Amino acid sequence: MLARRIIPCLDVKDGRVVKGTNFEGLRDMADPVEMAHFYNTSGADELVFYDITASVEGRNLFTDILRRVASEIFIPLTVGGGIRTLDDFDRVLKCGADKVSVNSGAIADPSIIGAAAKKYGDQCVVLSMDVKRVDGQFRLFAKGGREDTGIDAMDWAVKGVAAGAGEIVLNSIDTDGVKNGFDLEMLDELASRVSVPIIASGGAGNMEHFAELFTHPSVDAGLAASIFHSKQVDIKELKRFLRGKGVEMRV
Amino acid sequence: MIAIVDYGVGNLFSLSSSLKALGLETEVTRDAEKLRAADRIILPGVGAFGDAKAKLDDTGLVPVLLEEAERKPFLGICLGMQLLFDRGFEYGEHAGLGLVPGQVVDLHDDLEDKTLKVPHMGWNSLQIVKDDPLFKYFKDGEYVYYVHSFYAKDCAASTLGTSQYGNVAVTGAVRNGNVWGTQFHPEKSGDAGLRILRAFAEL
Repeated sequence: MLARRIIPCLDVKDGRVVKGTNFEGLRDMADPVEMAHFYNTSGADELVFYDITASVEGRNLFTDILRRVASEIFIPLTVGGGIRTLDDFDRVLKCGADKVSVNSGAIADPSIIGAAAKKYGDQCVVLSMDVKRVDGQFRLFAKGGREDTGIDAMDWAVKGVAAGAGEIVLNSIDTDGVKNGFDLEMLDELASRVSVPIIASGGAGNMEHFAELFTHPSVDAGLAASIFHSKQVDIKELKRFLRGKGVEMRV
Repeated sequence: MIAIVDYGVGNLFSLSSSLKALGLETEVTRDAEKLRAADRIILPGVGAFGDAKAKLDDTGLVPVLLEEAERKPFLGICLGMQLLFDRGFEYGEHAGLGLVPGQVVDLHDDLEDKTLKVPHMGWNSLQIVKDDPLFKYFKDGEYVYYVHSFYAKDCAASTLGTSQYGNVAVTGAVRNGNVWGTQFHPEKSGDAGLRILRAFAEL
């Protein structure tokens, strides 16, 4: 059977990996290429790179890094951040990305999902969503979780999948950075609405949180950043731990 | 030199990078002479069967590939493996290259548990059904990376390895004479995948 996936996420700014809590207070952590090697040897099933650079120089630096990672590491790579047009898809796919994640770009122009799925296949298009509870509703946020769009996140996910998104990354702003566990309630709601693979993000603080996450059969993968970057949780150890709990893992 | 057939489908960056990382000489090409001169040929591919077959037909390379497949090790990867079969049923019925007997059908139709997600995407364990030099450096049960919605069946005689998904034993690797195929992506399957490519380069 398919193994559940453990995915470290690398936020890259000006050529360095950074990760804050609740999207604020970024802290420089390490070199992305070295970190990618480290994670590959630790048994990461996939790597996600988010380009959080605003400048053109930063963007070029990012694609250079991506090209280097993709020439040296042979596991699936997902790239997101600043993806707004088919040209953006093209740019990162040519540098070795396998999947491209869209977030604010799809909110600004939802047609990008269908256009990219048609051109590159559903499996290539990942819909990434930052979601927060507002007035009893799961609300979709844009711009790195700073802007309330007023859109119902679950409806947005259903539309995205209908348009051709092949996978969803659900990042709960409510649990992100709190390290108190994944947002299982939000994930269950999403799982009841869509049938594509779901990657859970936001809230992982220890190995037990992943064990708890994978008791939910509809969640395919767990994504985290700071607990892996800080080596608070070692992926190799985590995967052995989960396998011991009966979760199928590639070890 | 390992020639990777360029017929306008899919991203060949990882495939050529992985061969280079193994220290192998490789070239992405649609030149018939280069395909003839190569020691080995890899037919990659992503997308839909009919569309990819039409693009391959458009290159005019099919007769060359059929000839060369008799002479040297030939590997189809993912959709490239599916194209090796007699027929595919993705968006209508399409003829394949007929290098491996069998057909390519919708995985979803054959799954009893309809809640299982299609595409079959992610890491699955490959069970070796028949030992083969392709597995020289590969251990039974290692995980490989799949992304596909259709799969090859009625090909038991050629099947080298399968991965279980629900009730379906998904055809993971096949061989017929000089022609090998992997449904999974060895160039995305980490170290285990690189070892498959290394074994292919030594065939």
